[in-house]
Amino acid sequence: MTVDEFLQLAVSGVVTGGIYALIAIGFVVVYKATGVINFATGELMMLGAFFGWTAMTVLELPFAAALVVAAAGAAGVGALVERVVLRPMLGQRPISVIMVTIGLSSVFKGLAQLLWGGEYRSFPPIFPRKPLELGPVILPSRQAWPFLIALAAIVALAAFFRFTRTGTAMRATADDQATAFGMGIDIRRVFSLSWILAAVTAALAGVVVGVIGGISPQLGAVGLRIFPVVILGGLDSIGGALVGGIVMGVLENLAGGYLDPLFPGAGVKEVAPFIALVLILMVRPWGLFGTREIERL
Amino acid sequence: MLIGNFKETYADDEALFRTPASRAGLAVLLAAALVFPFVASDYLLYLADLVGIFAIAALGLNILTGYTGQISLGHAAFVGVGAYATAIAATRLGLPFWLSVPAGGLVACLAGAVVGLPSLRIKGLYLAIATLAAQVIFEWVFTNWTGVTGGIRGLNVEPAGLFGFAFDSDRRVYFLVFGLLALLAYGAANLFRTRVGRAFIAVRDRDISAELMGIDLFRTKIMAFMISSFYAGIAGGLWVYFARVVTPESFPLSLSIQFLAMIIVGGLGTIKGTLFGAVFVTLVPEGLRAVTQAATRLSPDAMSWLAPMKEIVFGAMIVGFLVFEPHGLAEIWSRVRRFFWLWPFPK
Repeated sequence: MTVDEFLQLAVSGVVTGGIYALIAIGFVVVYKATGVINFATGELMMLGAFFGWTAMTVLELPFAAALVVAAAGAAGVGALVERVVLRPMLGQRPISVIMVTIGLSSVFKGLAQLLWGGEYRSFPPIFPRKPLELGPVILPSRQAWPFLIALAAIVALAAFFRFTRTGTAMRATADDQATAFGMGIDIRRVFSLSWILAAVTAALAGVVVGVIGGISPQLGAVGLRIFPVVILGGLDSIGGALVGGIVMGVLENLAGGYLDPLFPGAGVKEVAPFIALVLILMVRPWGLFGTREIERL
Repeated sequence: MLIGNFKETYADDEALFRTPASRAGLAVLLAAALVFPFVASDYLLYLADLVGIFAIAALGLNILTGYTGQISLGHAAFVGVGAYATAIAATRLGLPFWLSVPAGGLVACLAGAVVGLPSLRIKGLYLAIATLAAQVIFEWVFTNWTGVTGGIRGLNVEPAGLFGFAFDSDRRVYFLVFGLLALLAYGAANLFRTRVGRAFIAVRDRDISAELMGIDLFRTKIMAFMISSFYAGIAGGLWVYFARVVTPESFPLSLSIQFLAMIIVGGLGTIKGTLFGAVFVTLVPEGLRAVTQAATRLSPDAMSWLAPMKEIVFGAMIVGFLVFEPHGLAEIWSRVRRFFWLWPFPK
């Protein structure tokens, strides 16, 4: 395998990883604020992708407007879900919280099938046909542009957390709920906002993934892939989600590229991140940048 | 009205079925279960077998998750390990079913011990993610270790036989499934009257205080994983003799989630609830099917709603029970029973 091929694999891994990172950030925001592991992330992505698709094909809006529609629609779903389902579950046993999000994901999948049907759909062509050339590496434009969108969303989120009043309030709540509450921060609003943010990032990622590979109600299955990402980065670290996403994207692409010839037809790409996940959990469960809060008994 | 239920000996107090009414109820239930295969239709028996096999697996999951507090998203993978081990024991080694099914249970038990190893270091949400990874990895192995599992074509197995009697129809497999279900449910109920079972409950309620009381956490958690996957393995073995073929897609993550739904709907940490949950979760989609079939008279394309409606109802059922009835059907059952006991007085 030549250096060029290696670079090609690595760069398209970074592209996939950027999208993983975007989804993972939404996931981490919810975990930090409310302690909930959101198994419905993939389905929020799927819903967002369908909102964006509907805006583009049925309402014939331009792509930028479709992104806004997708984000707004998902934000509504996120707020509703938090208020109606997740709030009564606050402080319940982990099993209940996990199962409630799994139940939600099933409801979302069914609703999407009812509303949009089960078949595969693709977005109308959006980006210029010309591929992006980075030295020896060639990136098809339908991979390069989504990556840039994901990157822009990540930067915007980072700026939101760093510079806005609300973002600071959210960070304060994540650090210490009781103190934040004592300082007059409306904790409930933060919970609600964190779900909205998670839904919006998932929706953007969903549109991006949909543009690359088409959408169907089964799109949510991608959501499972973020578990290796967030565990590697650390469940409660936003920077970790970014690094974890890119590392896992590159890892699965390289594993696929180098190991698939050894296991013909096996799809090493699908399983490699989960093997890495088990190893990380054995050695360093809190990940690269997570808080080391796991009790040892 | 029942005014009191007085126990005069320790044996009375420790009995599994404490009142004459519950013993009578059990007798009626067993009699009904014995008569059922002689009167029910083929379709009902097919459903009954399915319920029975799922109930055994769900019992295992409830021992681990409901009683010991260790969340597992990989229970279907253990059912799969048991199924493959049974099928291989039956086809390659030519073992009869009364050896191959326990062999499947034991192999699943070992797999459970391995997956349970991290439970010492990680718990709660982290353990859920670790078992999720185990599920993905096992599924991958089932599909890709073609030399042993037969890949996506799977393995075909002859029907189980005993003294020349072949369990070759759903009606006959019923006796196998429900015989084992009765045995294993009785075993599970008794387990929680022993030191080991009490230790499970102590670990669930507060692991630190359990350790201070002299319970070896590591051994107890591994033991819970092993017993739980043994049940899963037995369910897998029965699945082999029920379906007569094992393929990788029979044990997906969604099946693991279905087992979790069963114990949540039925009631975490109750044996009775597990059985309720297995019946309920398996039969609700069938009920939906009947409703949609009836609806085709009104609108011809009603059948196309069936698959999405199943998803929605399944999810709504989980969410609804968790939000409104977190102790599940078992709690509803005891509320109803209490009402009749105390009638005409309010509780």
